[in-house]
Amino acid sequence: MPGPNPEVVLELRDVAKSFGSVVALRSASLTVERGSIHALVGENGAGKSTLIKIVAGVHRRDAGTFRFLGEEVDFASTAASKSAGIAVIYQEPTLFPDLSVTENIFMGRQPLGRGRRIDRAAMYAEARALFERLGVSIDPRRPARGLSIADQQIIEIAKAISLDASLLIMDEPTAALSGVEVERLFAVARSLRDEGRALVFISHRFDEVFELCDTVSVMRDGEYISTDPIADTSVDEIVARMVGREVAELFPKSPTPIGDPVLQVQGLSSAGVFHDVSFTVRAGEIVGLAGLVGAGRSEIARAVFGVDGYDSGSVTMLGRAVPRRDVRAAIRSGIGFVPEDRRKQGLVVESSVARNIASVIRGGLTRAGFLATSAENRASGPWAGRLEVKTSALDMPATTMSGGNQQKVVIAKWLATQPKLLIIDEPTRGIDVGTKSEVHRLLSDLAGQGVAILMISSELPEVLGMADRVLVVCEGSITADIARADATPEKVMYAATRAVRPNDITPAKTEEVPA
Amino acid sequence: MTALTLNPSEISPVRRILGGALRSREIAVAVVLVLVIAATTVKNDHFLFGANGWRDLLLTPSILLLLAVGETAVVITRNVDLSVGSVVGLTAYLTGRIFIAHPGTPIFLVFLIGLAFGGVLGLVNGVLVAWGRVPALVITLGTLYIYRGVFLSWAGSNRVNASDMPDSFLNVGTKQILSIPLLTIVAVIVLAIVGYYLYSARGGRELYAIGSDPDAAQLYGLKVTRRILAAFVLSGAMAGLAGVMTAAYYGTVSSNAGLNLELQAVGAAVIGGVAIFGGSGTVWGAAIGAFLLVTINRALPVLGVQDFWQQFVVGVLIIGSIVLDRVLTVRRDRKIIEARDNA
Repeated sequence: MPGPNPEVVLELRDVAKSFGSVVALRSASLTVERGSIHALVGENGAGKSTLIKIVAGVHRRDAGTFRFLGEEVDFASTAASKSAGIAVIYQEPTLFPDLSVTENIFMGRQPLGRGRRIDRAAMYAEARALFERLGVSIDPRRPARGLSIADQQIIEIAKAISLDASLLIMDEPTAALSGVEVERLFAVARSLRDEGRALVFISHRFDEVFELCDTVSVMRDGEYISTDPIADTSVDEIVARMVGREVAELFPKSPTPIGDPVLQVQGLSSAGVFHDVSFTVRAGEIVGLAGLVGAGRSEIARAVFGVDGYDSGSVTMLGRAVPRRDVRAAIRSGIGFVPEDRRKQGLVVESSVARNIASVIRGGLTRAGFLATSAENRASGPWAGRLEVKTSALDMPATTMSGGNQQKVVIAKWLATQPKLLIIDEPTRGIDVGTKSEVHRLLSDLAGQGVAILMISSELPEVLGMADRVLVVCEGSITADIARADATPEKVMYAATRAVRPNDITPAKTEEVPA
Repeated sequence: MTALTLNPSEISPVRRILGGALRSREIAVAVVLVLVIAATTVKNDHFLFGANGWRDLLLTPSILLLLAVGETAVVITRNVDLSVGSVVGLTAYLTGRIFIAHPGTPIFLVFLIGLAFGGVLGLVNGVLVAWGRVPALVITLGTLYIYRGVFLSWAGSNRVNASDMPDSFLNVGTKQILSIPLLTIVAVIVLAIVGYYLYSARGGRELYAIGSDPDAAQLYGLKVTRRILAAFVLSGAMAGLAGVMTAAYYGTVSSNAGLNLELQAVGAAVIGGVAIFGGSGTVWGAAIGAFLLVTINRALPVLGVQDFWQQFVVGVLIIGSIVLDRVLTVRRDRKIIEARDNA
């Protein structure tokens, strides 16, 4: 093996990580050099965030090599990676709302004066200098509570810069920033690069990747795919690598006659969340709602089901209006909703399988207001059997089951209400491959029986394999409506990122920021 | 860009400090305290100017003040310590037993033993909370009964009487230096040390950070477990010190020593502006809250308020201060959002 290259700051080779039975990383590799900005791209769930969390010391790898500044390392905590010289800006800002922005920046490493007393004057002065460098005017004494997402991101960036780290990782830092703010961030990133630091930049916006970065690495399904100098590649090439995969491994939907409209959504808007969303789901049809995480897909589904309100627009089931913000009315109108987070929102994990399945139809099972366990078991038995829920008894608590079986219980719960429309958010997240195809077969069967299905999924192959029609959501709007025959991974990815073809990119003006 | 407040340099430091003081919870509670004292004194001037008026005003809140200081350190980290009343009782009884077994024990040493013993009991709480990952409410509710149970079974039908303890120790309970009771001086010194630590030391600021967002604290790489442990040890040690003081002040230790003090300690902290979900508040506020709580209980009978209504008033005070917090928070958030939208 050759000796460590002094120019290489971070080297990851064949890193693997599993969470229980779910494999997050198979063999991820990444090599980042001094004085460069390295883009890391990949679909949702490709393993970018897991990889970053291993570098940051949040998770520990199961296998593979991890070198930082030439040394083999294995960070047991975020403190260890921080003191080694790694700063991470996470997708979600992690600030202390009650403390001043300055304390947020310097927590745990405040400048000390005589007698180990925190030197507040020095701390405020440093914060002011940082804000000046970033070109923002934020009162260093104000609390972090109430900052806009963009300003929170600025605080995160200030924090990372003040760490004087040799490696700075930014996980989608621009998602909440406006154009001017993005330019400012880029100017800072470039000046850090010119100081000889290494930066890793994760983004779904290809125009930004091509504008800012020197090198781009692609990940897919927890594996390393490629690394190229940005000048030698193109958006088309990158997109192809991100999605290039066989769809055959998944259970495809069997062809079903499509019936009359079941759900009609007209001009649904909710300020700051989604706007002017209109679509129709017909009997026997599976409509896939694709898009990036945070695009507003789940929010649209929650509004349709009445969990959240909306400002304008209408929801109609079988020609009858569904009142807004009324879950019970939505259930009565024939909507079932399998939420994204099954443990928190879909199940009473401590309760038995039977009780969970019978929970929505409970009203019909009571006798004189009392609910007998035997009635619950009778009512839920057939559903559990039909879904092949693998549990030895209906009275076992749901918490003891695997993720796949839990998901089946949640689906059974809604099937027991005999819905006309099933909304299912991330139907196979965190489920092993075997159960995955069972869930797909089930959805296909349901569509065959004339149930309309609205399926939200971040997994492109799942959407392409299952959906009769793909609606792509980007930043709260539906940007594409693609029929099954025309749906390709590239088309969906373009619509989800609103990517611009490389020849359309005009280099944005770089603003001068005092360094 | 979204500058949310005026540029700091545009506000003079004097105005900033003055503005901060007017909004400060500590000062608001202190004003209420002064009003209560003034009103009661007008009604009956013995309350302040009587033979023991001044002394009692300062002396009676001292024990609760210590508990409120320890409780604040714990509540700031988004935990709670309900065992402090039992720790007070147990330590007070231990103090008596030490004097019965070794009458010549130096007083200073007894105070140190009380402090250390309370610290150990606090450490038990801290270990269970920090490593057991069980809510502090449940753990310390459990140790509240366990510590009280140990106390009762140890004491049996015995109680410690004034005659069991040396006069020099009992004198500590009433001694005054320059007309200020010694116990009050001790409590205020402890208050100042803890207050300084929480404001000016990294460890103190980290307690606030942990309470403000525990997950973020983990991501920051703060030593969350160790800090929470330290907060519980501090709270236990304060309760231990308060236990020794209780023995010196009352002269007797019966089985109900320290009973229900934990709720008064939490109440004092809340009245003094310590957020029950952690992240904000000062020991200064909690100390003034303790003063107010004790003083109002003494003032109401003087003002002719019946026994039942005294409890009622304390309840109103606690709920009132929480409602006040809520209203101020909502108003502040609305202002911030307005400022953001107008930017």
